[in-house]
Amino acid sequence: MDIWFSESHTPDVKLSLRVTKQLFSEISDYQSVEVLETPEFGRVLVLDGNIMLTERDEFIYDEMITHVPMAVHPSIKNVLVIGVGDGGVVKELTRYEQIESIDMVELDEVVVRACRNYLPENACRLDDERVHITYGNPLKFIRKCENKYDLIIVDSNDPFGPSEGLFTKEFYGNCYNALKDDGIMVNQQGSPFYQEDAVAMQQSHKRIAGTFPISRVYQAHIPTYAAGYWTFGFASKKYHPIDDLDAEQWNSKHLRTRYYTTRLHKGAFYLPAFLEELLEEVESK
Amino acid sequence: MNQNRAPIYEALDNFKRQRVVPFDVPGHKRGRGNPELAEFLGQKCVGIDVNSMKPLDNLCHPISVIREAEELAADAFGAAHAFLMVGGTTSCVQSMVLSVCKAGDKIILPRNVHRSVINALVLCGAVPVYVNPEVDIRLGIALGMKREQVQKAIEENPDAVAVFVNNPTYYGICSDLKAIVDMAHKAGMLCLADEAHGTHFYFGDNLPISAMKAGADMASVSMHKSGGSLTQSSFLLTSDALSEGYVRQIINLTQTTSASYLLMSSLDISRRNLALRGKEIFAQVLKNAEYARDEVNQIDGFYAFGKELVNGDSVYDFDPIKLSIHTLDIGMAGIEVYDILRDEYDIQIEFGDLGNILAYLSIGDRIQDIERLVSALAEIRRLYKKNPTGMLSQEYIDPIVVKSPQEAFYADKESLPINETCDRIVSEFVMCYPPGIPVLAPGEKITPEILKYINYAKEKGCNMTGPADADINFLNVLKN
Repeated sequence: MDIWFSESHTPDVKLSLRVTKQLFSEISDYQSVEVLETPEFGRVLVLDGNIMLTERDEFIYDEMITHVPMAVHPSIKNVLVIGVGDGGVVKELTRYEQIESIDMVELDEVVVRACRNYLPENACRLDDERVHITYGNPLKFIRKCENKYDLIIVDSNDPFGPSEGLFTKEFYGNCYNALKDDGIMVNQQGSPFYQEDAVAMQQSHKRIAGTFPISRVYQAHIPTYAAGYWTFGFASKKYHPIDDLDAEQWNSKHLRTRYYTTRLHKGAFYLPAFLEELLEEVESK
Repeated sequence: MNQNRAPIYEALDNFKRQRVVPFDVPGHKRGRGNPELAEFLGQKCVGIDVNSMKPLDNLCHPISVIREAEELAADAFGAAHAFLMVGGTTSCVQSMVLSVCKAGDKIILPRNVHRSVINALVLCGAVPVYVNPEVDIRLGIALGMKREQVQKAIEENPDAVAVFVNNPTYYGICSDLKAIVDMAHKAGMLCLADEAHGTHFYFGDNLPISAMKAGADMASVSMHKSGGSLTQSSFLLTSDALSEGYVRQIINLTQTTSASYLLMSSLDISRRNLALRGKEIFAQVLKNAEYARDEVNQIDGFYAFGKELVNGDSVYDFDPIKLSIHTLDIGMAGIEVYDILRDEYDIQIEFGDLGNILAYLSIGDRIQDIERLVSALAEIRRLYKKNPTGMLSQEYIDPIVVKSPQEAFYADKESLPINETCDRIVSEFVMCYPPGIPVLAPGEKITPEILKYINYAKEKGCNMTGPADADINFLNVLKN
């Protein structure tokens, strides 16, 4: 049999993966949740028809959203992870002995259950004793926190579904309030390539830049995401992502990675001209 | 009656299948003559924008499907008759007043009515007898009418023809409607209710009493507010104390003869929805409202008021679906919070006045949007909180009525710079819109307190309307 899963990146562009088996499918209160088996990318988590992660390329995303802030802020102890509860980000975080507590807020319990059962490589560290999982609306969770976290990682779905509240000015403001004076927020900021995605990325950058004194965007190449090209936001009250990079300290931890290096760290913040232009357009307003 | 039926909708659906060739109005002919409009609104929408005709009945003189839709609505709302209205609740309210009053008749009403009520008095020449509502000093808003005040007004004006009641006010405050209806009837007067903000009272549980249930004679129901129909569509409900034929004649004095089938079908479909599912729908809205109120009240400095205001008289009941929030304690006028929510957070709420905001909750809300609203309020407090001293708080000012609205509106007048109008009699309305409750109505005396209110509200960014001068730098006053 020849079965293909397609995700529309625009109304006129699709990414298709051949599927050998559908392992999990459930409609939760918030979205449809599926896990597919594919020959090229291994198991794939799909939410509302959008690829969230694949076994083959998820390391890029998880490493880039985690190690960048960890190499800048020397003493991160309390971390909040918001959003897609596949456990990949938590897995990277638990490799740091210095981290004392990881709070994770996930809207949809079904996602966590699906990942525990079908993506154990990702979800394997969700039972680490430092991890505390809360199921509920992240906006509600975070507006009650003040001066509590060293690092907030916003690992959200795209901004056109149940995660749309995680791209708003009120959410970024609540994050600012929940961070300590030297805290950092890192978020996935979408793809800058296709028009609709680029506008969403600009809006979210504008809101973050209006909330935090330091706000920079960095990039990575992720084959299964739109245009294979992804950006992250680094926002902070104190630390600059390049000037305050402590490569020596991070390298002394001897964490084995497959994408992130402290050399790549600097390079990731050097952006192509069209992207610089997109960002400057909203920064000046 | 079978509330599963929706006769206007069914007739339109049937009509579409007939593929009738149009040599009648409207001239866009199912959108073909205006492709840009058809593209914007969609073929389904322009395809049923048709004129009255035999199979679709005629709102001016309904005998078939519109008549059936009115009967179904009357049944659903517990009224003797229901009229489909396409000129908004404004036209319902005006039709109520014009149906019971003629020139020189007295009508008893609270002063915090919507402008449409006083407009109707300008049209027909009836004379208002105002019952000044109680005012909540902390919130700065007008409450309901006390029973004793209404009784006093009735006794002092035994020749009045009707008593008019807001059920509820924009902020959700209800007077003791049943008692007021009984007092009015005992004195041989009719009782009219403005239920622009009370459609859900007819369908939900644990909500204040509806006008028809309380025995009122007429009620204006904004189906398009909490009922889910299209903007500008409403129901006028009557008891058997009124002649259906006469009320229809009154409505036809001012209503269009080309009523929109988009509006009428939306009334039909929404009535069916509420009749079949209203109880569950409003139970959910109520749950959302209680949740939002609890969350807002956890933010220090905001006060989302609720049933605790109930005092058995001037606040006989409170509509728990209204999410009204007092903002003065964070040092911000409601209108300022309203503007910041829209400009900075892309959240549009219903209105902001001097001391409060109102977020309108309804059938269409999603819980994640409520989380956004609450989080945005928490942010506004964090970023903008300041000392509240020196802020005006009183939304309602007791008027000094010198002339009847009609007499003042049509009198010889002159235009004066606003700050030179003190002690003169105004011939036009001044109000913030929304909520649309006049601070000045034709025939009332301009006082220093009112001028201070107008200047302050303008400075804070309220959208002021009413006067002939759009910038409100001049007011029309009666010649001395």
